[in-house]
Amino acid sequence: MSDIKKIKDDYLNKLNNDLNIESLNQIKTELFGKNGKISNSFKKLGPLPTDERKKFASDLNSIKNELQDKIDSKLQEIETKEINSKLENEKVDVTLPEREFSRGKIHPVSQVIDEISSIFSEIGFSVEEGPDIENEHYNFTALNTPDNHPARDMHDTFYLDNNKELLLRTHTSPVQVRTMLNGKPPFKIIAPGRTYRSDSDQTHSPMFHQVEGLHIDKDINMGHLKGCLNYFIKSFFEVDKIKMRFRPSHFPFTEPSAEVDIGYEIKDGKIVIGEGDKWLEILGCGMVHPNVLKNVKVNPDKYQGYAFGIGIDRLGMLKYGINDLRAFFDTDYRWLNHFGFDPLDVPSNYRGLSR
Amino acid sequence: MKFTIGWLKEHLDTQKKDNELIEKLTDIGLEVESFENLSSGLNSFKVAKIINAEQHPNADRLRICDVDIGLDNTVKVVCGAPNAKKDLLTIYAGPGSIIPKNNMKLSVSKIRGVTSYGMLCSESELNLSNESEGITELPTGKYSDKIGKNFFKSNTEKVVDLSITPNRPDCLGVRGIARDLAAAGVGKLKKISLNNIKNNGSQKIKVSITKDKNQGCTVFGSCLIEGVTNKESPKWLKEKIILLGQKPISAIVDITNYVMLDLNRPLHAYDADKIDKEIIVRNSKKGETFEALDNKEYKLGDDMCVISDKSGVLGLGGIIGGTRSGTEINTKNILLESAYFIPRSIRKTSKLLNIDTDAKFRFERGIDPQSIELGLSKAAELISEICGGKISDFDIQQTDKHEKNKIKFNVSLFEKITGFKVNDNEIIKILTDLGFEVSKEKFELYLKIPTWRPDITQPIDIVEEIVRIKGYENIETLGPEKTKIKDTLNAQQKLFHFLQRSVASKGYFETVTWSFTDSKINKLFKENLKEIKIVNPISSDLDVLRNSIFTNLTFYLKKNLDRGFKDISLFEIGPIFKDSRPGEQSTVIGAIKSGKVSRLNWNEKDRTVDVFDVKKDVIQTLVEAGYDRQSFFVRDKSPSYYHPGKSGSVYLDKDEIDPVAFFGEIHPNILKKLDIKTEGLVGFEIYMDYLRENKIKLKDLKTNFEYSDYQKSERDFAFVVDKNFKAQDLIEIISSIDKNLIRSIKIFDIYEGENIPHDKKSIALNVTIQSSQKTLEESDLEKINKLIISTVETKSGAKIRS
Repeated sequence: MSDIKKIKDDYLNKLNNDLNIESLNQIKTELFGKNGKISNSFKKLGPLPTDERKKFASDLNSIKNELQDKIDSKLQEIETKEINSKLENEKVDVTLPEREFSRGKIHPVSQVIDEISSIFSEIGFSVEEGPDIENEHYNFTALNTPDNHPARDMHDTFYLDNNKELLLRTHTSPVQVRTMLNGKPPFKIIAPGRTYRSDSDQTHSPMFHQVEGLHIDKDINMGHLKGCLNYFIKSFFEVDKIKMRFRPSHFPFTEPSAEVDIGYEIKDGKIVIGEGDKWLEILGCGMVHPNVLKNVKVNPDKYQGYAFGIGIDRLGMLKYGINDLRAFFDTDYRWLNHFGFDPLDVPSNYRGLSR
Repeated sequence: MKFTIGWLKEHLDTQKKDNELIEKLTDIGLEVESFENLSSGLNSFKVAKIINAEQHPNADRLRICDVDIGLDNTVKVVCGAPNAKKDLLTIYAGPGSIIPKNNMKLSVSKIRGVTSYGMLCSESELNLSNESEGITELPTGKYSDKIGKNFFKSNTEKVVDLSITPNRPDCLGVRGIARDLAAAGVGKLKKISLNNIKNNGSQKIKVSITKDKNQGCTVFGSCLIEGVTNKESPKWLKEKIILLGQKPISAIVDITNYVMLDLNRPLHAYDADKIDKEIIVRNSKKGETFEALDNKEYKLGDDMCVISDKSGVLGLGGIIGGTRSGTEINTKNILLESAYFIPRSIRKTSKLLNIDTDAKFRFERGIDPQSIELGLSKAAELISEICGGKISDFDIQQTDKHEKNKIKFNVSLFEKITGFKVNDNEIIKILTDLGFEVSKEKFELYLKIPTWRPDITQPIDIVEEIVRIKGYENIETLGPEKTKIKDTLNAQQKLFHFLQRSVASKGYFETVTWSFTDSKINKLFKENLKEIKIVNPISSDLDVLRNSIFTNLTFYLKKNLDRGFKDISLFEIGPIFKDSRPGEQSTVIGAIKSGKVSRLNWNEKDRTVDVFDVKKDVIQTLVEAGYDRQSFFVRDKSPSYYHPGKSGSVYLDKDEIDPVAFFGEIHPNILKKLDIKTEGLVGFEIYMDYLRENKIKLKDLKTNFEYSDYQKSERDFAFVVDKNFKAQDLIEIISSIDKNLIRSIKIFDIYEGENIPHDKKSIALNVTIQSSQKTLEESDLEKINKLIISTVETKSGAKIRS
């Protein structure tokens, strides 16, 4: 008994020393190997009388377990230590740059079109489109602007033939005509798209974007027009209050016609929409002219409604503080990166129009 | 349309303040562009005296003048005028002044090394006369005690500039504006006061209007004024003309211009002695020529409305007069014309001859045909006042009486359109003030339209008149009406927006470029499409509509490369054009990528962009859009602007006729022609029109979720095939062997070189085999293994590499 007690004490002592994996294995062999001290002690069990044997066996087992546990925990300790020291050597400088990633951008015009579509979707408008090349009839005549009308001079038109039959549309209004000719009232559409006029300076570009709106039903009046635009402008500029002014104007395809101004002020060199005592013209609108309705086979005695046209680029410039219209179409990588939007940033009603 | 408040008040009796009038103008649809104190500009011109003038050291023809402008110190002005001499009294303009002639703003500047503070002005620079030789010389007697004083009479008059819409010719005269303001309740329209002029005897020059087809003139009124003394206009008239930005010429011309601005009644004055016998208003004959007052000779076509005499054309009626019969300072007898020309005729002629004049602008929009006599009276009165002379009777020739048009107006239309009510009496008052003759019967108004309002033709126009005078602020703002008639976007539009963001999410910057482009670049990309020329391009390098998105993308890529960027990814989604008819356009996504991937990255080796970068982007985009990768088919055909060996086309299905996309390296010749310098340039195009609409929604495409938990096995193969054998075909052969067991095929190596015949290549692939019914046994696997090898060898002529 004292023998095995001594073995136990000796080895527990040894195991408390600083060991490596080899010396631990050495101890293991010394104890539990073929001729190990514990193994040999079990061999001594045989000749002992029954009750002595029982006790000895029990003591021996508990000593064996105790040593085994100690060895196991020591092994774990050594392994942990070794892993830790290995990991310590593997340390990298995590402040080095990450692998390259690329991030694309959505052009402000596209983003603004999505914002506009989202807003008008909420009040029941659908999106229609039409061709960039138009004939003279859809662009002018059907819109109550006959050839001898001086209003044609307001549009510097690009022509594609010498007879001035084919042209690049000067506004998105021909989409109104096409939509109404191809369907039956009621109509409730917006038509965003490219438009063209041969004009170029800081505020005019030979190509620009417009969104046309049209709502025709039995009893749509100028009050609805005001309501619709008031809702749109507030939603677009994401303000609660907006100062808005309807001014009489003239477009051949609407009667009565109006231009709409919104109030603004300059704060720290930036335009702030909604407050202030300055006026900014942002769109033209009016009640669709009975002649236009007749031209598209809609009975003006039964149906009436409004139309409006807004400059998309200009809205974008105002909302996002962009100064030069021409930069929109100049594909300067720096500009696209600066004013572009993340493709994941999809304007929607529930997530908000802009971040 | 410019006028002064003072001038307005000659027609409008009002106590309102200027800014109230200005606001009212805008409220009733006469948009105020500007309202400026013009005299403040003219206040910067001072009477000055040259104290000393000496030679400029660096320029023979310049002098340095010390000028007394009434301050303690003189100022130094460098002057090139030969008459800039000591003691001369002249007109000085300080820095900041705007020169009336050319609207140039003066600043302190160095002229040949000597600083000049302002300028000494010639008469022509101040629009005082045409005298441009030398600076103004003021008479000593009158001005010697006025040094430092304003040269122009101090004038607190403010000039209003209105932008008049084309439907309102009546407001191209001050009186029309006053009438509108009076109707809007800010004053009373004054009666036109005419001193009774004495008409002495008949108009001796015979006038006739021929009965040509499409005769452009319907009324021609005239009077003869004999024995006039033409001269410079009196100061009040000159100042009015100058204030409005025009140039005084002579009293007679200035008076006709004044009446035009005042009443919107264009007039023309002929030197009566230069008219050969009589006036004939007729259509021109092709080939006739005449020299107009703009000193250009015009060659006329058929059927233009001309005023002529026995010798030929004198002028184009309502557009421009001719030099042959123009008045001069020594003109003694004048014939004054006041006529009506049909807008359509004016517009046609002026467009054909490309002439734009004040008279044309007005006649084109419609002049009041009943203002003929008023115009003659007013002008004749002023001429006889200023220039003297004997006025004849008025001779009026007319072929049309121009009676007032009539409209029946049901007052309920007003509320139906505007949503608010105005009582009948108020409606009648507004219309009456605007010049309508109104009679009421029950709910209807019978209206006679004033002849100065050619824009009013139907009841809706009356609604506009009432609402604009009543004020748009009275229209109630109703809550937006929210009924939805159909979906916001159709399937194609949804796809457009999806693809746009899908491509952008792969690192491309979206751009928007012109729909037009340079024909020279377009030629490189147009393939078989028709070139579509713009008749009147904005510039010669934007002369055609684009046949491809790549035209502008490559152009702007080069610009960005020139800015120093190297690794550029750009895309645009938009129209390309196939013909010049509406609808002959397609929506295309074009994307290009230049330079390298992982340039200057510490832990990745950089590499030049290649065809498989764009292939990945195009395929991934299509897959994200909901198309099935398994059925895609790639061919090695592509347009000629791609590298012939490193490009391809994608079909949604093997049986499709039209490819939905192209991808590849851009042809090196194109880079050379466009002088694009980059390590690599690749691109892709997706043709939206060929992307068929998925009939079944994606949500309905998804069947029950089934999966297999049985063990997967992987086997590697290497086949030696002909060099031009397509990997796609090899994959198709294998996958069609057993669609249930063969789950995926991955190509992990392509090898050419040692141990392989020179016309062959080795394709190594990894095949995953899994059953959904059981764990495959070694014998099953062996069977499929053998089947793969034998099938590939038979169908492709390949050999398994051992």
